Amino acid sequence: MSAALSAVASFDIRAFARRVRAGDQIAYLLTLICAASIFLVTCLLVYELWINSGLARHKFGWGFIITQTWDPVKEDFGALPFMFGTVVTSMVALLISVPVGIGAAIFLSEMALPRISDTFTFLIELLAAVPSVIYGLLGIFLLVPVLESAVVPALKGVLGFLPLFSGPFYGVSLLSAGIVLSLMIVPFIISVSREVLLSVPIEQREAALSLGSTRWETTWKVVVPYARRGIYGSIFLALARALGETMAVTMVIGNAPKLQSSLLAPGDSIASVIANQFTEATSDLYINALIELGLVLFALTIIINALARLLILTTGARIVK
Amino acid sequence: MKTLARRRKIVNAVMLSLTGVCTFVIIGILIVILGYLFWNGARYLNLDFFTRLPAPVGEKGGGMANAIVGSGKLLLLATLIGVPIGFLGGVYLAEFGRGVFPSLVRYTTDLLNGVPSIVIGIFAYAVVVQRMHHFSTLAGGLALGVMMIPIALRTTEEFLRSVPQSLREGAMALGASKSRTIATVVVPAAIQGILSGMMLDLARVAGETAPLLFTSFSNRFWSPGWNQPIAALPVMIYTYAIAPYEDWHRQAWAAGFVLLSLVLIVNIAARLILARSSAHHRR
Repeated sequence: MSAALSAVASFDIRAFARRVRAGDQIAYLLTLICAASIFLVTCLLVYELWINSGLARHKFGWGFIITQTWDPVKEDFGALPFMFGTVVTSMVALLISVPVGIGAAIFLSEMALPRISDTFTFLIELLAAVPSVIYGLLGIFLLVPVLESAVVPALKGVLGFLPLFSGPFYGVSLLSAGIVLSLMIVPFIISVSREVLLSVPIEQREAALSLGSTRWETTWKVVVPYARRGIYGSIFLALARALGETMAVTMVIGNAPKLQSSLLAPGDSIASVIANQFTEATSDLYINALIELGLVLFALTIIINALARLLILTTGARIVK
Repeated sequence: MKTLARRRKIVNAVMLSLTGVCTFVIIGILIVILGYLFWNGARYLNLDFFTRLPAPVGEKGGGMANAIVGSGKLLLLATLIGVPIGFLGGVYLAEFGRGVFPSLVRYTTDLLNGVPSIVIGIFAYAVVVQRMHHFSTLAGGLALGVMMIPIALRTTEEFLRSVPQSLREGAMALGASKSRTIATVVVPAAIQGILSGMMLDLARVAGETAPLLFTSFSNRFWSPGWNQPIAALPVMIYTYAIAPYEDWHRQAWAAGFVLLSLVLIVNIAARLILARSSAHHRR
């Protein structure tokens, strides 16, 4: 009895508490360091991009982004043709994937039975998991031959008078890159838009239907406007993906840094010129110019991503209310 | 009045069937491209592909054994960098994260997640390759690892947050310290979700090509150690697909088949784990 009592007495509750608190502190510090390292890595990323593009920034200044020439031999560099190619291919991709993607999202959220909707969404999300280089492979050996033999001749027959579809077609072109991109971004548009549409309260639909709207009118005039911002958000998210996409674009765009009016002509994008020329770049100024292109791309995607998140966040807030 | 009613009905039927057409077109394209790839890949795949080194330029045959091992080594490095940082960072955000600093971390994580992979490649080039003056496995692994962090972190945070507060309170009431509660109660409750998130993350970077082009570069031979250029499957697909040789194209298809099969298997497995764990919780 007394032995037990003395054992209890000798157990120092304060020391134990101190030890527990020390353990908690170590866990806190360890996880804090990891969380902070993400912040540091991001800062380091911006710093390295900034420092390593110094030569090009000093030499070309702001003129870099409005200069048309890209001449590695004379070391005269400008980003305009690549920005043009990036924007044009992304726009082509959006023109194709936005209507199709939103249509499919409406079908999956409003029409299909839940089980079918879930299965299809699962399949479409698998489409998003396919690596970019595989899309490039399919682009070269499946899409380009199909475009060359069937689609482009038909397109030229109907719309050939437009400068947009003029000139010879070699298979690799801005159009091919845009089509491959549209396939790569459509899963994002569908899965985000579907989520947003599904989160629209059922009462909205019931009210519209009880007033005599058809199913389509309910969807298009009530449900879609309610989810509008979230859908815009999904489009911006897809756009940010398209802007930064590298391999698939590189493989079918043709790598010709020129400004041109025809979608059938080869072009070049920011990401693909970096992928193509980085290991060949011989002088410091050349590498610096390529890294400055990376900086431009970084800034573009950051802005678009921030807009997308803002839009999706504000819908989320509205739905919670 | 009657014509208006009929018009509305027609518009209704046409538009609703159009949305169905959109869906089936996309599913159709999915089936066509996957079918085309698997058909081509399976035709050109043989045992040499897994066991032999690439043949010298101009010679037929050869395989990509070095690239398969190379991809494995790069992914191992990426996991060693991305998973611990992402996981522990996620624990911080979910369990200790209140105030300004955690939301700053959350914001930069989303930012890092949106950075194009080629820019991450430039980063790894500037940090490792430029300082060491040569391409290396280390640089490639770092690039992929940095790409893994954001998703590892956000999935960890999300699944830890979905653990009911009452579990934490129960453990604390029994006298467990906070770190013990996290390690023995909260994390095990969320482990299936976290695991499947990490698997999806790994599958995503397994197919990345752009950040490897000028970090791990490529290699037509074995790459011993961690300090030399190394071949990876996605990079091989790229080089072989744009090369002018028929034989290389066939090998690119075979490599595409192997890569895509791996990525899809991991993806489906992860989603199954996730579905099973959430069904379990519902019961």
